[in-house]
Amino acid sequence: MSTVTLGAAINAGLRKAMEDDSRVVVMGEDVGVLGGVFRVTDGLHKDFAEGRVVDTPLAESGIVGTAIGLALRGYRPVCEIQFDGFVYPAFDQIVSQLAKMRARSGGRLALPVVVRIPVGGGIGAVEHHSESNEAYFAHTAGLRVVSCSTPDDAFHMIQQAIASDDPVIFYEPKRRYWDKGELTDAPSRGLHEAAVLRPGSDCTVVAHGPTVKTALAAADAAALDGFSVGVVDLRSIAPLDLRTLRSAAAAAGRVVVVHEASTFAGIGAEIAAAVTEHCFYDLEAPVLRVGAYSLPYPPAAVEDAFLPDVDRVLAAIDRSLSF
Amino acid sequence: MAHASALTDLIDDHRARVDEQEMVQLIAPDGQVTEVGTKLGVSLELALELYRHMVLARRMDQEALALQRQGELSLWLMSWGQEAAQVGSVTALRPTDMVFPSYREHAAALCRGVAPADLMRQWKGAAHSGWDPAPARFHIYSLVLGTQTLHATGFAAGAAMEGTDEVVATYFGDGAASQGDVNEAFNWAATGSLPVLFFCQNNQWAISTPTEKQMSTPLHVRAAGFGLDAYHVDGNDVMAVHAVTSHAAQRIRDGGGPALIEAQTYRFGGHSSSDDPTRYRSEDELAAWTARDPLTRIESFLRENGVGADYFDALAAEADTFAVSVREACRDLESSPLEDLFDRVYADDHQPLVEEREAYLAHLSALGSEA
Repeated sequence: MSTVTLGAAINAGLRKAMEDDSRVVVMGEDVGVLGGVFRVTDGLHKDFAEGRVVDTPLAESGIVGTAIGLALRGYRPVCEIQFDGFVYPAFDQIVSQLAKMRARSGGRLALPVVVRIPVGGGIGAVEHHSESNEAYFAHTAGLRVVSCSTPDDAFHMIQQAIASDDPVIFYEPKRRYWDKGELTDAPSRGLHEAAVLRPGSDCTVVAHGPTVKTALAAADAAALDGFSVGVVDLRSIAPLDLRTLRSAAAAAGRVVVVHEASTFAGIGAEIAAAVTEHCFYDLEAPVLRVGAYSLPYPPAAVEDAFLPDVDRVLAAIDRSLSF
Repeated sequence: MAHASALTDLIDDHRARVDEQEMVQLIAPDGQVTEVGTKLGVSLELALELYRHMVLARRMDQEALALQRQGELSLWLMSWGQEAAQVGSVTALRPTDMVFPSYREHAAALCRGVAPADLMRQWKGAAHSGWDPAPARFHIYSLVLGTQTLHATGFAAGAAMEGTDEVVATYFGDGAASQGDVNEAFNWAATGSLPVLFFCQNNQWAISTPTEKQMSTPLHVRAAGFGLDAYHVDGNDVMAVHAVTSHAAQRIRDGGGPALIEAQTYRFGGHSSSDDPTRYRSEDELAAWTARDPLTRIESFLRENGVGADYFDALAAEADTFAVSVREACRDLESSPLEDLFDRVYADDHQPLVEEREAYLAHLSALGSEA
């Protein structure tokens, strides 16, 4: 076992996938010699053959569109979109081409493409560098959308995403890139299974990616006040692990969902609906959501006030308990 | 002032490098072999083969339009008038060269062996797309304009990595040339020196928008600016299209990097069976292009070169038989039930979709038991 940062864990996962399968190619802006702006692909260009790690022109639609062409030829491309806010030029190639090709071709054509996106705020970045856009992609049939929160998950999930014959949007919590953790040899669960990080009998907090740590801190704080608050790491946004969500919701009777994206039409809304539909009589309170206000991501000077933090999660737990 | 003058000279010099090219033409609209055609030589045997492809393609197109009018197809996008551009180019490629079409490439598809039934399937609303791209080396149609040029470019990147001598061809139109994806593909292919042949059928109209509202610089001039080998050809002269495409493809195989061919052609029909082109273009324009019809030009050439009535009669009979098979194939097209679509979206397990499928089937079954 070794202790590595989340960024280094993804790097190790990419390396392993490339070693295991010569069809895996890494492509994106500055992913080669530089190793990516977050250094997630550091060293891969040096260690793999020409063409396996490609510095592309600065064109996101081109990155995804050419990855589709490579995949049609049998490759398994892993694209890096440099920042969350830069994925929109590739929107058509992702939702109309990548997502739909399998169905459009009557199930004949597989597109095993991974689109890696560093996501979310909290690093004091300028505009368009702190967004949470998972709902757009989760809404699209044909895509899989996952979100890692720990180095070990990141290491295994990137390999599982590459091994999938379906396109996967792979979210990396950029403010957690430098968090450290141990790597295990084998994955403890499938790519689309949620993880119950902490069971709880009073309330369950559901989070993904960067807000998992926030949820755990809130659960710790609640425990000091004598409340048993569970935490579920969603891990997969599409498909949702409804079985795990239902059983955690039923066990606690109260659910709070936390994410950085806007609450309006966000994943929390889907979880609230799904839990309510299936666990109505187990619930003691409506499912509550903690997320972004319906604002553009604010300037960095005030992002701490904008991002869901421990206090906002605790306030939601209090509200849930008061029903 | 001396500096200013030197700068003016320099700027003028740059301008001089991006001049428009004359169209390559081997056979004039009246069927006469041009000076260039005489120099290069025009094969009668090839002309016969390409003419047959064009005649059958036009017949298929006419039948499909008629089937749309009869309510058998919900929509049809005509290739009428663009047969030379498509037949001349696709037959100049090797059968193993992958093609990424847009949505009007029926003549090219037929040359690649795509069955008429498969060509119509999508327009009947029976399926999203028509055929398996693998055997014909002909990708399914792309309706979001220009997106396929990036797929071709990526496919070519793989070919380049493997060191094959394949050419990857992609078709698009003058309207699609305004799309970001197409320009990204030009740049991408040029930067990587990838074996892509970009084939633009400039049919003068993007629905109601004429080419001069799409671009101020001719496409082949723009392409040269991206670093592509650029060609300008009479797209209604199948022999010229074949010659230019053969030349361009060979240069690509020899490692010359990507190329663009701009073929000047004309869409005789509307954009689709739903369009009414009389609302935006003149009778005079249509008449001028009708005089440049790609089929009559080769027919004149063939007759001039001793091809007799027997040949044309036999071809007309073949086209009639083909037309019957097209109509039958269209009427026989069946769609698969909605529940099948649930199985085609993902390769791997997707539990919520499995549950939705079960719910849908349960709903059907409940409706059935009520009835």
